[in-house]
Amino acid sequence: MPAATRLGMVPDLGRWSAALSTILLLGAAPAPETPPHHPAKSGIDYASDDVRRMQADDFANPGMLWVAQGGKRWQEPAGNSGKSCAACHGDAAKAMKGVAARYPGVDAATSELLNLEGRINRCRKDQQAAEPLAYESEDLLALTAYVAHQSRGQPLQVSVDAAARPYFARGREIYYRRQGQMNLACTHCHEQNVGRKLLADTISEGHGNAYPIYRLEWQSAGSLHRRLRACYFGVRAEMPAAGSAELLDLELYLAWRARGLPVETPGVRR
Amino acid sequence: MAFMMGSRKRAVAGGVMLLSAAACATVSDNLVPYQISGDEIRAPLAALAGDAARGRDVLMGRDGNCLLCHAVPETGARFMGNLGPPLSGVGARLSAGQLRLRIVDPGRLNAESIMPSYYRMEGLARVAGVWQGKPVLTAQQIEDTVAYLQTLR
Repeated sequence: MPAATRLGMVPDLGRWSAALSTILLLGAAPAPETPPHHPAKSGIDYASDDVRRMQADDFANPGMLWVAQGGKRWQEPAGNSGKSCAACHGDAAKAMKGVAARYPGVDAATSELLNLEGRINRCRKDQQAAEPLAYESEDLLALTAYVAHQSRGQPLQVSVDAAARPYFARGREIYYRRQGQMNLACTHCHEQNVGRKLLADTISEGHGNAYPIYRLEWQSAGSLHRRLRACYFGVRAEMPAAGSAELLDLELYLAWRARGLPVETPGVRR
Repeated sequence: MAFMMGSRKRAVAGGVMLLSAAACATVSDNLVPYQISGDEIRAPLAALAGDAARGRDVLMGRDGNCLLCHAVPETGARFMGNLGPPLSGVGARLSAGQLRLRIVDPGRLNAESIMPSYYRMEGLARVAGVWQGKPVLTAQQIEDTVAYLQTLR
């Protein structure tokens, strides 16, 4: 596990002085190294032809139904404010373009790590005086898919600066820790055995660049956290709640691993 | 290495292991002790006799789910994984005792193995409630699987 070992090491000052001074000159915290799969390969590249065709055609892609619903929610007044998303943000095609590519991110006001779902609910609370939408609810999936869809084609470029670093470090730790009765970590499938077959499925690099996705197995759209919970279930580990700190940290780490991949939302997967 | 941080602590290295279930204390949930000799567990668990036909069911069914990772062409299954080595002819390559240890606790032979241990409860982290206090397979299922794998020659 050279990658894990590297990532776990504190740089030796003498040996890495040149690199460190470069980093110090840039005024940033030490940058994480290049993700192990670089350039990253999207999960769609491991999908069958029919799934790829379904995703590529907006009229065949069932996820577009959630995007369309999200477009309606975007225009609707919500909460005691009576304000819609559009009332502040205007045209999502302009205002939201590229936004999803930067999530999850640390909220400057609270130092909390927020993913897109969390940002939408934060906006509802602070700007719309509305109740939060339940994780995995149709409305939250729809709004998330709609907002993320505005970034389709934009390369993921999540920030892992000093503010994000503690979240990132925890996410990385989760990625490499064995868990559950199957005693497996994310790395064992999605880093060490990419391209191999788990029964009929080809193991991908496990990137989240297409979420929310429409998953044929679910017959529904679903969030990245729902998919992550399915992996926890598969290794017979305790499942953290969708929206929990643990899954947010992991989402940030995964987003960093997926840097450069285009947002595909709404993706289609088996 | 980072992914080994959760690696198990061996209570009794290379010797007799006597483990008891912490929860769900039915008799069948308890692990019977076994003796490791070299890379084998020579004696059948609990002195049970294995049944190859039942072992094939364990291997192909949801309890063992071996085909998720291993190809066993002899089963005639349509889909088989390849995370682990193909098991065709494994009965000629490995003894019953070698097969037994490789199912019971492959981490004994290779701490970095991705293969789960099918008869171990200690050293695991964050096991979901319904699986706590029980091994993946029972001693009888292990013996049945060993018996089936021995027919693959």
